[in-house]
Parts: sequence; C-alpha cells; structure tokens
Amino acid sequence: MTQVNRRQFATLLGAGVSVLAMPAYLRAQAKPRVVVIGGGAGGATAARYIAKDAQGALDVTLIDANQKFTTCFFSNLYLGGYRTFDSITHNWDKLAAHGVKKVTGMAKGVDLAKKTVAMADGTSIAYDRLVMSPGIDLKYDSVPGYSAEAAEIAPHAWKAGPQTELLKKKLDALTDGQNIVMVAPPNPYRCPPGPYERVSMMAHVLKAKGFKNSKIFIIDPKEQFSKQGVFVEGWEKHYKGMIEWIAPTIHGGVKNVDVKTGKVTTDLSVFEGALLNIIPAQKAGQIAADAGLTDEKGFCPIDPNSMRSAKNNDVFVIGDASIAGDMPKSGFSANSQAKVAAMTVRADLTGSKTFPAKYANTCWSLVETDDGIKVGASYEPKDGKIASVSTFVSQKGEDAAVRKANTEEANGWYAGITADMFS
Amino acid sequence: MMLRHWALACGLAAMLLAGAEQANAQETAAARGEKLFGACKACHEVGTGARNKVGPHLDGIFGRVAGTVEGFRYSDAMKKAGADGLAWSAESLGAYLEKPRDFIAGNRMSYRGMPEKGDRDDLIAYLQSQGPASPAANVAAPEPKAKDPATEFTDIVLKIAGDAAYGEYLSGDCVTCHQTTGQVAGIPSIVGLPKDYFIRAMFEYKTNVRSNEVMKLRVANLANEEIAALAAYFGSLQPK
Repeated sequence: MTQVNRRQFATLLGAGVSVLAMPAYLRAQAKPRVVVIGGGAGGATAARYIAKDAQGALDVTLIDANQKFTTCFFSNLYLGGYRTFDSITHNWDKLAAHGVKKVTGMAKGVDLAKKTVAMADGTSIAYDRLVMSPGIDLKYDSVPGYSAEAAEIAPHAWKAGPQTELLKKKLDALTDGQNIVMVAPPNPYRCPPGPYERVSMMAHVLKAKGFKNSKIFIIDPKEQFSKQGVFVEGWEKHYKGMIEWIAPTIHGGVKNVDVKTGKVTTDLSVFEGALLNIIPAQKAGQIAADAGLTDEKGFCPIDPNSMRSAKNNDVFVIGDASIAGDMPKSGFSANSQAKVAAMTVRADLTGSKTFPAKYANTCWSLVETDDGIKVGASYEPKDGKIASVSTFVSQKGEDAAVRKANTEEANGWYAGITADMFS
Repeated sequence: MMLRHWALACGLAAMLLAGAEQANAQETAAARGEKLFGACKACHEVGTGARNKVGPHLDGIFGRVAGTVEGFRYSDAMKKAGADGLAWSAESLGAYLEKPRDFIAGNRMSYRGMPEKGDRDDLIAYLQSQGPASPAANVAAPEPKAKDPATEFTDIVLKIAGDAAYGEYLSGDCVTCHQTTGQVAGIPSIVGLPKDYFIRAMFEYKTNVRSNEVMKLRVANLANEEIAALAAYFGSLQPK
C-alpha cells in the first residue's frame, strides 16, 4: 500500500490542492454575497456600482442568460438606419475589473426562505441580498390571435435582439403601397414613447425610399400617449399623410390578429399590413412572479426610499419589473433606481452611509433626422411612492437648432449610460 | 526722365497701396476671428494676463507642445498627442478646430468643431495677432471676479466644505450622461472643472441664463450643500 500509482497520486494531489486552497476559499465565503439577476440597464448598473463602491468587501455575481446584450433603447434608431446592430450591442466583460463575477445561464427560480437562486442547469447560487432586474415578460394573450409563435411572423421587437433584427428585415423588404399595422401596448409598459418613435423611424425608412402609397396604422388601446403633441406635429411635418393613429374610442378594440394573412380586426374595420408589429401588454419578468414578488397586476411593489421589495427584505427589485410610482419604465429610470438600490445593499451588508433617495429620468426620441424631442423629470419618495417633483417636455414649434441639439444630447446620453453600465 | 520718374512713383504707390490692402485684409481676418473667438471665451483666455479657465489659456499657443500648459488638467489623449510630438501651428490648430473629437479622439474639449475653413483661418489669424506670449504670472490662479449675483452665489457655495462622498452619491444623476472619464460624446465633460466655474454654471441653470431643460430640471432642486458636494466630487476627478 506504500506504492502510489498515477491515479492515486493525482487524487492525492487534488486533495492537497484543495486543502491549500481552502483558507482563501473560506475567506471568500465569509464575504457577504450579492446576486443580481438580469444584466440590463438596472442589473448591470447595480452590479457595477455595488462591486465598485464596496471595493472588494462584497462578493458580487451577475446572472444573465446571454453573452451579449443589445439595448432596447436606441434599437428604434437601428430600425431607422441611424445605428448599426453592433453599435447597440455590448457585453459585461469589463465589469470583472470591478470584481463582478458574470454567470452566463438562466436563473429559473428564487427560494426566498433559503436565499438561493436556482439555475436552469441545476446549480444554485446563495445570496445575502438579491437584486432582481428581470425586465418585462409579454402577455401574448392580451392580443387575441397573438402568441410567441406568431411573433416569429409578426415581431413585437419589444425585447431587443433577434426580434429587432426580424422587424428590420421585414421593414426593409416592404415595397411601395404595402402597409404597416402596429398594435400599441396598454399602460404600463416598457418605454412609453417607444412605439411612437418606432413609427417615426419606420416612416423615415419608407420616405427615404420615396414610397408614396404606403401607410402606417397605429391601433392604440390608449386615449393618449407620451409626447403626443410633438410626435403628431412631427408626423405632419415630415411624413404627411403616411401615419394614422387610431384611438380606442374610434377602433373599439382589437378583436383578432391573423399574422398569416396580415389582418388586424377591430370593431371599426379590418386593417391589413404586409408588416404587423404587435406589442402586447406586459408584466414583470416571470421569475419575479414565481418568487412571489409581484402584486395582482403583475409588477413588483417596492419601498420608494430604497427599491427594496415590499414583499421581502433581502430582495430589491429595479427597472421595468418594479412599481416605481411616477417613473416610466425606461433604461434611464432603471439605471437611476439601480444606484439607490446599490447604495442600500452596501449599507445593509457593510454598514456604509446612505443618503436620501433621488431619482431621475429623461427619454429622448428621434422623429426624423436632426429632429429630436425629449421628456424628463426628477423624482423623490413621497407619500409611499416615487413621486415626480419637477418635469419638462419638448414643446411644439421649437427651433430646428433646439431639436438638432436634442439629437446630439441623446447620442451623448447613449454613450454615457452604456459606459455607466458596462465600463 | 520725368515720365520715367512718374511711372516709378506710380509703381511705388501701387505697391504701397497693395501693402496697405493686405494689412487691411489681415486686420479684417483678425477682427472677424475675434468675433468668432466669442464662442471660445467661455472656456479660454488669450492675450496679456491670460489664465486657465475651463480650458487652458491660449496665449503664445503657436509653437507650444500640445497638453503642456502649466497647472491645467489635460485628458490622457491630449497629453499623449503632445508626447507623440504634436505642437500647435496654424495647420495643426486648423485641423483640430475642424473636428476636435476626430483629430484627437478622447480629448475633453466640449466643442463640436468649425466646419468652414475661412472661419478657422480667421480665428487663427486672431490668435496670431495676439503677439508674443504674455500670460498671467500664475496661469492657474483664479480670475478676479466682478460682483454680480452669480459671483455672490458662487462665493457663498465655495465657503461650504463640499462633502465629496455625498457628491459621489449625488453624481449618480449626472454620470448617466456626463462620463466619469471626461470623455465627450455629444454631452460636455464636467470632470476636473474648477469649483467656481461648476457652481456658477449651476446658478446659471437655476436662473435660466443657461437654457438646457434636462440640466435645469436636475439643478432646480439642488440645495447649496449638494452643489458644493458635487463641485467637490467632480473637481476631484482626473480626466482619463
């Protein structure tokens, strides 16, 4: 038994290595653990700020199913031909330098009692604090006749990625005289001005090709929409006669969508499009609902002072999945909420100082080349919710120079927020 | 003989006249350039007693190696350009001014560029007309201030010891657009700004002297302590 064969030797060596490694391993385990689910504007920002500001005191893991991330914001500019797909696609590689460990995999469930995240591959990741930034899931059945399968023919493109590319491909394939029908989503939904910027970008593409006979119909379940005055003014100015917005009092509701024949049936009439863009109603990412963090409307209530879940003290919910009072569901909002959550998570686990929560949002939209509009607000916790304290919105009849400056500002913001998430 | 003398005199007069015209044209170019310099003045001084402001002083710029004015915090990109041998001449300055972000990528001058060659030539003529360098003895010293409400406000806020840690937290609202590296991409760099300039800018947003709606909104609810904290934080950052 004194002779050690190669296999036994390898086993012994392995045991020796693990013994040697153990103290460091134990030290690492002793650090409080933060897990972030979702690597978008909320999750990437939260992971980056927690790791950067904790300076090694916390063990930070970011879970996202993908290797790359395409931003929903500016994906309309890709449709319009102002941006390449590559230019709106990023990755989390640089976060490692701040101490963020990226796990590429699907988070399947959260056990709030055991404080673990179950991964689709069967592994489990323990946390002391969990930041949920799962974004939205689509309620396909909110539009009769629509489904995940139907989205392969009539894209929603409300989550950036292959759906966005599919919509672009279909848009570019249209010929003069063919129509587009968009079914807009009901409140609350991701990116309130998004559908209307998208219509502007689609019109820009058709106009640039010299199309005279194509129309874009927007079947809207809402009586009014974000930046409506300036959007409608811009459509009149740049795309006269091309865009028709139809309010629910006129169309009476969508009765059926047939993606194969391109027909959207409403009480009023049947709208036909060679391209259908169906954007259904939305809810918080399914994992939040499964964990019991949502309310009856499908989104997650939070404490406006911290973004802490109202349902569980160890969990924070940020971004589109949260009920953020007066704040719209936007990348800017998610980024802003992430910083409040990050500050509170660090305070929970390291005793660092906290300051009163403040939030901000600005949404820029492009109507046509050099014609950018914006809406924004500042927010603070008030009466149990995140309340708007001051706001502004672009006005009708503004100078061309103001509108052009808006587009440059928007480009600057894109560079800024993506650096704030990924650098 | 008379005729010859006369012709000579005529020639001489013509030459004198041409010389005068040329001088006149020079003067006009410099005068036009002075007007164009109005856009630069918010950040740059030139001429006798020039000091650093948001940008370095431009006195005696021709022949100067890029990124070398004493006491000014340059971007890494500008320092590297100087180390790589860039010195300012009419040609190099003209190329820079046409599109600053393209000529030296990563520099932090918040200026989009001057597309017309004629304008650039006039501006350079103006800078050249400033003669030999005679900047202030201490270019990094703060400039003497006129007493106006903005200055009074600035003085009040400057007396508050800004809490940079608080400023760092508050900066979360700013750095979604203004990059901490000081990179400029359609939104100005605010990294390493002199405190007095920073505070004055906040006052100007509060009082509608500056009109950007996004900025007015962010600044409207900032208390003096918060402005002091932000000025301390951004002033403490080094551009990359």
